[in-house]
Amino acid sequence: MTAVSTRSTTAAELMPYDEALSRFDPVLGLEVHVELNTASKMFCGCSTVFGREPNTQTCPVCLGLPGALPVLNAAAVESAIRIGLALNCDIAAECRFARKNYFYPDMPKNFQTSQYDEPIAVNGGVDIDVDGQPFRIGIERAHMEEDTGKSLHVGGATGRIHGADHSLVDYNRAGIPLIEIVTKPIEGTGRLAPAVARAYVGWLRELLLGLGVSDVRMEQGSLRCDVNLSLRPDPGAPYGTRSETKNVNSLRSVERAVRYEVSRQAARLATGRRVVQETRHWHEDTGVTTSGRSKEQAEDYRYFPEPDLVPIAPSVTEVERLRASLPEPPAIRRARLQADWGFSDLEMRDVVGAGALLLVEQTVAAGASPAAAKKWWLSELARRANDAGVALDELGITPEHVAAVQSLVDAGRINDKLARQVLDGVLAGEGSPEQVVSARGLEVVSDEGKLSAAVDRAIAGNPGVAEKIRAGKMAAAGALIGAVMKEMHGQADAGRVRELILEKLN
Amino acid sequence: MSDLTRMSAAALAAALRGGDVSSVEVTRAHLDRIQAVDPQVHAFLHVDGDGALEQAAAADERRAGGEDGALLGVPIAVKDILVTRGMPTTCGSKILHGWVPPYDASVVTSLRAAGMPLLGKTNMDEFAMGSSTEHSAYGPTRNPWDLHRIPGGSGGGSSAAVTAFEAPLAIGTDTGGSIRQPGAVTGTVGVKPTYGGVSRYGLVALASSLDQAGPVARTVLDAALLHDVIAGHDLMDSTSIDVQWPSMAAAAQVSDVDGLRVGVVKELGGEGYQRGVRDRFDEAVRLLVGAGADVVEVSCPHFEYALAAYYLILPSEASSNLAKFDAMRYGLRVLPDDVAAPSAEQVMAATREAGLGDEVKRRIILGTFALSSGYYDAYYGQAQKVRTLISQDFAAAFEQVDVLMSPTAPTTAFKIGEKLDDPLAMYLNDIATIPANLAGVPGLSLPSGLADEDGLPTGVQILAPALEDARLYRVAAALEAMLHERWGGPLLDRAPELDAAA
Ligand SMILES: [Zn+2]
Repeated sequence: MTAVSTRSTTAAELMPYDEALSRFDPVLGLEVHVELNTASKMFCGCSTVFGREPNTQTCPVCLGLPGALPVLNAAAVESAIRIGLALNCDIAAECRFARKNYFYPDMPKNFQTSQYDEPIAVNGGVDIDVDGQPFRIGIERAHMEEDTGKSLHVGGATGRIHGADHSLVDYNRAGIPLIEIVTKPIEGTGRLAPAVARAYVGWLRELLLGLGVSDVRMEQGSLRCDVNLSLRPDPGAPYGTRSETKNVNSLRSVERAVRYEVSRQAARLATGRRVVQETRHWHEDTGVTTSGRSKEQAEDYRYFPEPDLVPIAPSVTEVERLRASLPEPPAIRRARLQADWGFSDLEMRDVVGAGALLLVEQTVAAGASPAAAKKWWLSELARRANDAGVALDELGITPEHVAAVQSLVDAGRINDKLARQVLDGVLAGEGSPEQVVSARGLEVVSDEGKLSAAVDRAIAGNPGVAEKIRAGKMAAAGALIGAVMKEMHGQADAGRVRELILEKLN
Repeated sequence: MSDLTRMSAAALAAALRGGDVSSVEVTRAHLDRIQAVDPQVHAFLHVDGDGALEQAAAADERRAGGEDGALLGVPIAVKDILVTRGMPTTCGSKILHGWVPPYDASVVTSLRAAGMPLLGKTNMDEFAMGSSTEHSAYGPTRNPWDLHRIPGGSGGGSSAAVTAFEAPLAIGTDTGGSIRQPGAVTGTVGVKPTYGGVSRYGLVALASSLDQAGPVARTVLDAALLHDVIAGHDLMDSTSIDVQWPSMAAAAQVSDVDGLRVGVVKELGGEGYQRGVRDRFDEAVRLLVGAGADVVEVSCPHFEYALAAYYLILPSEASSNLAKFDAMRYGLRVLPDDVAAPSAEQVMAATREAGLGDEVKRRIILGTFALSSGYYDAYYGQAQKVRTLISQDFAAAFEQVDVLMSPTAPTTAFKIGEKLDDPLAMYLNDIATIPANLAGVPGLSLPSGLADEDGLPTGVQILAPALEDARLYRVAAALEAMLHERWGGPLLDRAPELDAAA
């Protein structure tokens, strides 16, 4: 199968961001799809484990075979209600599923079982923190639906449908429970629009992790974000025409996509052109959005109530039981952790801003000191996550690993420099910190004889420096320490080396 | 042993139980009969001789092992809209040609568990859209009473198979009358259970909110015995009702109507109903009165909108249910002409164009339109309101009476081809049966005799409140006994002998 049509991907004309913001007021809308981590799919008993052989986690129901019928996964409904409650939504006393009808090869039934005019949760709102300022985000709705299969376009250079010579479909993902969380239009962000978008999605990830309802791994697609953006001349004006940028799948990209759309739309509006109502594709590599399908002639999904399912009517008792099971609200939790850890407001903001709150908490729980936990996650690991363009918890290193690294440092078995190599090893999938240390032979040399001999050689090789130290210029010791460390390939405890030098020269 | 194929399912079960005959012998007799007469009748799309005999042998073994199910070893035919593992399932459509399902419908699972050998799959209007079985992509089934006439539809294959003694029992499905109307025009018994009474899992959906599988038989007791096998709660069907059903077979052996309050539905009779159909209906009512029933006329004023509502709800649901037939995963795949590297959409379009028949396309287009944005409220929305009103009519009627009655179909079997070019005339066949589907209540069609003017079978329909399926059997059994007495035997004894020269 080949592409349906070809579209230009020439870069759009852009207005510098600051200029765009001085001339227009942005209005944001965020639609986040979250894959639930239930053991089985939304409407059948198939497993939801990620990354298995294609089409091994399927059955007549999720393949949409003739005659098959859906049976609602009660655990998915519970998760949906908990999410709704955590977003301060009203939970519908009764709601139904609907069929969203459209033809696409990755949709086994050619309709998606979703919720339309009767979502399970409506009308909520949350307070998030944007660069230290509180910001209120209204939640329009959260509804349940099933995921589609995944098309793999084979042949052609891009892996996209355009240019491919055929496509394969993996239905393992078909029927995985999804919750779609839709914000109300977010106004009043001004130039903070990209930061607000990022902070909200980051906050939501933290919330969902805390609820334990999803793995929220953006790189695996278990959290997918659509960014809606429009511009208007000033905050009092009616909303402008919006674009919907699909599948923006990292926190950094959310921020970049908003920035890009502000600049792109501003450039069009400023030159008297209109913004087309359309879906746009986000290109992670080039950081641009390109035109997808136009929504000017809105697709008619012919929604109607799903006749194969009965209405969902959670009882008040049930909803209250789930409300009572909710974890501590984020703001209260933060205050408690800040007090426990003795962090300043600024330090705490750094931790939260980096999306590291839960990770630091878990690292502390695994035995590290709060300061050490913060240090690793916010420096070394933050840098690596940034380089890789993923969120911290998507790096592939666990809080337990980080605590283990710190405990190796505390025991003097490795130094900070070696610790960085240990982290590299863990990230490269070489096993636990302990395993990396022994496999790579990274342990600090604690053999006093070897160390002493190396110090002697350094003193002998640098008589001038030694003389200075003898004369009381302690700062000169650094040069000798460096020489010893070089000889020992960094695998020495710098503190002990310094002690030895001073012992020998005094 | 007398001709095994002429025996009722209950009599066969008794003979099997008494050790007079084996399931293999019974099954073989029916397979022989199929081979002899089906070339004329064309009730079957697929006959599974080897499989049926294997299952029969297994049933005999189970009986030898001390098991005694009510229908253990009694063979059955299944409408080709229920999926059968390892046996082709086409729904009467080219688009499913060659598809062999990897799983069994829950009804089929129940039949297998009951030890009933599956003779094969019966013909039907494509995706159950029709009232004559002429819309089968594999050619029409013929009415054993007159081979130039239709056997009703959509389940004409099941009713004809039972009528022609090719099977003692069959499974049908009824979305707007597809079990009951074929029953009426072939002189057999057909029952649409309460919606949710029999699992729909594995029943290829036409209209999900209307479809219901049920028994096709020659006697009321046979239908009841089969009903007991297939009814019950199924976790695989969310609309399945979780209740403990009473024994239908027990109800069919009470046959007492003394003091029964019977309502004759004013809107389902009179003008538009064939003379002979009305005469036989009136006779049946008089028999019930004679047996002590109180008969009153009951009005269900919204029934006159039932057909219109039905032809919005059914196509709407069908347009969505039938979207899955897209050549991507199973069934027919047609590549468009003159396209070098067709897209998925082009393959879907070409396959659906080639694989679906005119009536199916007509209803998909109707349904697509009825659900369209801007039309939804006026069509689908209004139809659902009518549906509610019809349910209210039933509720009000059942406050006054225990059962409702009407002729099952307005006419006797018409000639093949007669109404093929007039969809509206075809749709009118189901005018009396549709209200029960819209309201989800159970209905039974019982042979009421032969119309004087054409000598063809007529049927009466008995309707009961939801969950009161047993009441249908009690009333029908009583009426059947009186009719048999009047006729001096079953109606089918008067059917012409088919030329069994195979
Ligand atoms: Zn499945």
